[in-house]
Amino acid sequence: MRSGRVNLREVHKAYGSFRALDGVSLDIKAGEFLTLLGPSGSGKTTLLNVIAGFERPDLGSLLVDDVEFITRPPHKRDLGMVFQNYALFPHMDVFSNVAYPLKLRKVDRPSIRRRVMDALEIVHMQHLADRRITALSGGQRQRVALARAFVFEPRLLLMDEPLSALDKNLREHMQIELKRLHRQLGMTTIYVTHDQQEALTMSDRIAVLDKGRIIQLDVPATVYDRPNCKFVAGFMGETRFLPVERRDQTYVLDGRPLRLADTRAASSTGEAWLMVRPERLRWQGDADRDNRIEGRVLDVVYRGDCNQVSVSLPGGHEVAIRHSGAERQPLPQPGDTLALWLPAEASLVIGSAAP
Amino acid sequence: MTLAMDGAPGMPLNRAMLKSARRRERRIFSGLALPALVLVACILLIPFAWLAWLSLFDAAGNLSAQNYARLLRPAYVGSFLTTFKVAGLVTALCVVFGYPVAYLLSQLSARAAQILLVFVILPFWTSVLVRTYAWLVLLQRNGVINDWLLSMGVIDEPLALVHNLTGTIIGMVHVMLPFLILPLYASMKAIDPVLLRAAANCGASPSQAFRQVFLPLSMPGLASGIALTFVLCLGFYLTPALLGGGRVAMWSTQIADAVSKFSNWGAASALSVALLVVTAVVLWGVRRLTDALSFSAGKP
Repeated sequence: MRSGRVNLREVHKAYGSFRALDGVSLDIKAGEFLTLLGPSGSGKTTLLNVIAGFERPDLGSLLVDDVEFITRPPHKRDLGMVFQNYALFPHMDVFSNVAYPLKLRKVDRPSIRRRVMDALEIVHMQHLADRRITALSGGQRQRVALARAFVFEPRLLLMDEPLSALDKNLREHMQIELKRLHRQLGMTTIYVTHDQQEALTMSDRIAVLDKGRIIQLDVPATVYDRPNCKFVAGFMGETRFLPVERRDQTYVLDGRPLRLADTRAASSTGEAWLMVRPERLRWQGDADRDNRIEGRVLDVVYRGDCNQVSVSLPGGHEVAIRHSGAERQPLPQPGDTLALWLPAEASLVIGSAAP
Repeated sequence: MTLAMDGAPGMPLNRAMLKSARRRERRIFSGLALPALVLVACILLIPFAWLAWLSLFDAAGNLSAQNYARLLRPAYVGSFLTTFKVAGLVTALCVVFGYPVAYLLSQLSARAAQILLVFVILPFWTSVLVRTYAWLVLLQRNGVINDWLLSMGVIDEPLALVHNLTGTIIGMVHVMLPFLILPLYASMKAIDPVLLRAAANCGASPSQAFRQVFLPLSMPGLASGIALTFVLCLGFYLTPALLGGGRVAMWSTQIADAVSKFSNWGAASALSVALLVVTAVVLWGVRRLTDALSFSAGKP
């Protein structure tokens, strides 16, 4: 059986009156790539630091492969970690940085040499082994930090926003590389980010955190397409919310009953919204099957691959939809009245809190 | 079709105007440095040149190397060695006492560090003379410390704590400590605390993380603190003169004696020039060392 299972139970951590972690429970399977996603202050980094041993929680349990870790000092946890700004040792060269965890484990010199060079090869850095850290670019430092984190084959790899300091192109490239590396090495990975795109691209499962609690825990497609509350929906993509009225068993938008494939997400009390994402809107639809949303065109902006059409909806809401030229619909002009269509399977009514 | 506009007829591209604007700016900036340059020249360079000039003449006013030859006499060689011994001892003791203080300061919260830092800097605001006399009161034969030790029965008769090397070193360590702590503290503050977390994550115990990560990274700060302290010790006069009671012949006291007791300006000048050269050599050596230790200038 593979190792690297993590079980968190009721982890609480408060700084004064601020509850950084408010009873977090989470089971992570061996070999899983799990992302902790949330805005700053949501508790995701605190949770990662609890797992790494840098923060001691007020209450709770942390089992790694069924062994209680909660008071174990960080240097006895055997977990690899990639820090936000890499935290490479500036007084050591690339090789020594990666060799450091092995030296501490009293591995013999030839094995250190072999394992460090293997790790550097995996991250494509073997040709820069004797470089100084200060002579490396951001992306190269990132790779060295990664090699240092997995060179001693830890059961668990922790990553704290490792890509946030890189520019957009490199970030997207590294996302794919990290994912590939995870498949290759197979160790349980806990990844912290505030970037929803990164979370959706890389994760087996995503835990969305807010105010020290896990709001939703599921596979990326479900978190994106079936968010369980307004917070999660708003955190993913360019989401707009149109208030809907509840009438008997159904919901009404602009006097028209909504056609919904799934109504589980909305609670039966409190306010409810129709979740609208621009990429799910269609230019044409069927009045019997799809939901019609009417608005007035505000402006049309040419963007090369498409025209972005901003549409003002009733109630002061605004949504942008792309017109790529492949539609049968001609490009609308500002001021035009426009009918957009949202298919029933893409229509989701959600409440303000998770049901 | 041509894209190059440079040198097209009727388009001088303002070459002359841009050049004169650049020159004007440079003049303004060098003008800003002028008052400081004049000041340094008047109070430092000219007197020093005069001093060096003086050292080249004997008592009768003839050009000679006599003043420098005299430096090789046993008395002067002895004071040279004493100076280095005292400076070395004081610097070493400052490292022993100062490093833990700087480390503590760097690990405290900003608020607590600020309060503690006041205690480090406080001596700076008091005259060295006052502090040295205070030590005289504390350390003398029937002073506070000897009284305590006697009344507690630790010793049977008063210790000779002053008017000797011991007193000189105690007093100098007290004066020099801030000069070591402040640059060291500044360099420790610049060490990213995340590096210690990273070391722990790699499997380093707190003491391993300190020895293998923190200590090497604090070395440039330690080196500049040591250089500053050592160089200041080399030329220090007041405390060795008062607490040494004439029994600790430092270079600085020799210079003072040459002028005040023997009115021998030539000898004093030669000693001063030698002190300056030694100091410059020490500073240059330390500079080379810190460059080698520094991590910001990485090799390509």
